[in-house]
Amino acid sequence: MTLLSVDGVTKRFGGLAAVSDVSFEVPEGTITGLIGPNGAGKSTLFSMIAGAQRPTAGRISFAGKDITGWQPHEAARAGVGRTFQLMRVFGSMTVLENLTTAAHLRHRTKASARAVAERVCAETNLGSYAHRPAATLTGATKKRLELARALATSPRLLLLDEVLSGLTPTETAEAISLIEQVHAQGITIVLVEHVMQVVMSLCPRLVVLDFGKLIFTGSPDDAVKDQAVLDAYLGA
Amino acid sequence: MQDLLQALTNGAFLGAVFALAAVGLTLVFGVTNMLNFAHGDFIMVAMYAGFVCWSLAGIDPLIAIPIAALTLALVAVLVYAGIIRPVLGSTQLAQMVVTFGLLTFLRGAIQFAFTATPRRIEDPIVGGIRVVVGGVAVTGAQLVSAVGALVATGALAWFVYRTETGRALQAVGEDAAGASLMGINSGRMYGLTWALAGVSTGVAGALLINNFGIDPLAGATFGIMSFIAVALGGFGSVFGAALAGLLLGVVQGVVGLYLSGYTLTAALGIYLLVLVVRPQGLRGSR
Amino acid sequence: MTATLAPPSARPVPARKVPWGRYAGIAVVAVLLVVYPLVAKTSFLQTIGVTALTMAIASTGWNILGGYAGQISFGHAVFFGTGMYGTTLLVTGGWSPWLTMMPIALLAAVLGVLIGLPTFRLRGHYFSIATLAIGMMVMSILPNIQWLGATDGLSVPFLDEGFWNLTFSLRDKTEYYYTALGLFAVATVAAWLFLRGRIGSYLEAIRDDDVAASAVGVPVRRYKLYAVAMSAALTSIAGSFHVMFVTFVDPSSSSDLSLSTAIALIAVVGGAGSMWGPILGAWLVIALQEYTRTYLSATGRTIDLMMFGALIILVAVVDPRGLVNLVKRGYRRVRR
Ligand SMILES: Nc1ncnc2c1ncn2[C@@H]1O[C@H](COP(=O)(O)OP(=O)(O)OP(=O)(O)O)[C@@H](O)[C@H]1O
Ligand SMILES: [Mg+2]
Repeated sequence: MTLLSVDGVTKRFGGLAAVSDVSFEVPEGTITGLIGPNGAGKSTLFSMIAGAQRPTAGRISFAGKDITGWQPHEAARAGVGRTFQLMRVFGSMTVLENLTTAAHLRHRTKASARAVAERVCAETNLGSYAHRPAATLTGATKKRLELARALATSPRLLLLDEVLSGLTPTETAEAISLIEQVHAQGITIVLVEHVMQVVMSLCPRLVVLDFGKLIFTGSPDDAVKDQAVLDAYLGA
Repeated sequence: MQDLLQALTNGAFLGAVFALAAVGLTLVFGVTNMLNFAHGDFIMVAMYAGFVCWSLAGIDPLIAIPIAALTLALVAVLVYAGIIRPVLGSTQLAQMVVTFGLLTFLRGAIQFAFTATPRRIEDPIVGGIRVVVGGVAVTGAQLVSAVGALVATGALAWFVYRTETGRALQAVGEDAAGASLMGINSGRMYGLTWALAGVSTGVAGALLINNFGIDPLAGATFGIMSFIAVALGGFGSVFGAALAGLLLGVVQGVVGLYLSGYTLTAALGIYLLVLVVRPQGLRGSR
Repeated sequence: MTATLAPPSARPVPARKVPWGRYAGIAVVAVLLVVYPLVAKTSFLQTIGVTALTMAIASTGWNILGGYAGQISFGHAVFFGTGMYGTTLLVTGGWSPWLTMMPIALLAAVLGVLIGLPTFRLRGHYFSIATLAIGMMVMSILPNIQWLGATDGLSVPFLDEGFWNLTFSLRDKTEYYYTALGLFAVATVAAWLFLRGRIGSYLEAIRDDDVAASAVGVPVRRYKLYAVAMSAALTSIAGSFHVMFVTFVDPSSSSDLSLSTAIALIAVVGGAGSMWGPILGAWLVIALQEYTRTYLSATGRTIDLMMFGALIILVAVVDPRGLVNLVKRGYRRVRR
């Protein structure tokens, strides 16, 4: 079943088309890699799916509903969770408070939100940081918190924007296994990543953007043989 | 009709000073991304600087212009180094609060030194002049402040847009990290910006004392008008602020003619209207 | 989605320590507040107490919007003034002052929402300037409104002394003091209940990062409106009480920019975004202000403004989280 479908979506900033006429579908329960050179429009596309930016043209549907132009909190409620490439943790709150806030989306009382937050905190291996203010965390831990916070909203779809970049090899391995576990829970994932090895090993399916245009969808094996993809990465 | 022309003229002449004051404020905002709530009180301090020159040494306000400008530049640089630089990396709340503290401190310090008694410059050189053109009277004080303010505003705009240093200022305002990669010392640029704001308030204050009374709250109106002008003109835009300042002066003049109790209300009303319709200001972009 | 995925290395979340320091702090402050008028017998000291508590209530209101939700308002005198004028008018119409508080607070809340609707689209400085302008706008209109007494203002009609009339002896202000203390306690508990659960988390999330907040499902605008409604209501209650204490209201005493800034700065000096901020800030600021004004201004050379300004600058530069954070840091050092 298709969970997310992006249909002819375009975003213009003044004269620049950051995303132009992009269409693809994401089946439920899959991991999809969204790749492309710097400035290809990946983050902009995420923002539009999550409702943070309104598409100039095109349609986005999620779980059978047209969510084009929805507010971010409406998209979140519908089940779209996201992380931010430039981390945006709630700096003055502790890690656990960050997660509790997110868990409140589906849990009205503090006690049940807190229970979810504690579970997610342990699952994402953030337990030892639980009571630390988020502003004091290292970059790698902030990225983990971004992911954990998105998880705490109990999403159906997770949009991960470069959660693996800048991590040490050990941290990367940890993060990969975390993503695999999340996927095993049945959460659909779209992830943006520059480290090709990671993308190749995690994602059976790739969507490639270049200068805002969709240039490829298919398996990683086919991608490395595709002329347009090779040009985008080598020609640039 | 005659009255209206006279009101328009008075308003435009006052607006020129608003424009000068607003340009200094918008510069600081554009470059350092900070709002100086004490900006109007810098003008008030400048008025007292001019007053001291006159009462101690008999120096006419016209000649006191450079003195006031230098004094305020110095004050502004000291303020920057002493209390602004420490909060540059702090929260927005801390930044606003520090300039609010400065406002309170300056008013208090001036009142401590000079008491709250209003002061006035007797017989400035331009005092006796009065020109009547087509039934519209213009006093020498008005003429001098308008011309002086326009010249100073133009000089500031020229500096920011046409000189190498000015372009460096703009670069820092747009992207401090990027500018420092290009070898621009952003700390020094911030200091320079405050100095320029000091100069603009210094000149404005010295011009104003030709026809305005001097008291510890004298800067309040000019501060508010600069804020509105800056907001109207689009934060950080020098030309926007200057134009909006002029506009506010004219609005004040005309409204004062028909509804004398509502001049401030009208200026604020225009701002709030623009705010609802066009939050980025008349000239600003987002 | 129920399968848990604890990695082999997962460590459980350590339990939070019991905040004994906080409980002790509450006990100490409560005792001090209750004992104060028994020790402070002069009219001067009692006025400081009543005024500090009143301003603490107003600041508690400001703190919800400014400290917790991070929307820095410089126009809260509008809500304080709503309380002062509203209560005066209704008391003149024969109401008991107590009965005026809730309806007027509701009116202030509605006013807050009306102000919030256009201004909450603005962020950071832009919002603050808008609130400043709205506050000044109200102040510039007030002197022209005849039924609010224009520049002359309004007096609260003379009422018999008694709790129901919120009118007590002015020679010994103990009764005013304890009434203010009761109101402050109620306001603080109300604010605490308001902020305790989801709303508090959401407001802090909005303050820290509104974009991230909306991404985890926070309807940012709606929650800002909740915040301003509660904030305005509490500040207006402070105004309602204040007018019964001073029995007079005019434009400069009710809606001045300096009142707006005092309401905001008291919370900031004490600690914005902390329940402690308003009460600590109010006592420090009001005491400092009254002392310097009374004892140092005989010459007409006031020093209170100067000291207040210096204090604000000091707080912002040394520790923008205010007095409460200094106390906390001191406490932690002592415990170690
Ligand atoms: N708010 C904006 N205003 C103007 N231009 C923007 C805005 N956001 C993004 N852009 C531009 O749109 C293009 C796509 O940006 P985007 O961040 O989506 O790329 P990306 O694929 O995520 O790149 P990266 O790999 O560097 O993160 C870039 O040229 C960028 O400069
Ligand atoms: Mg990106």
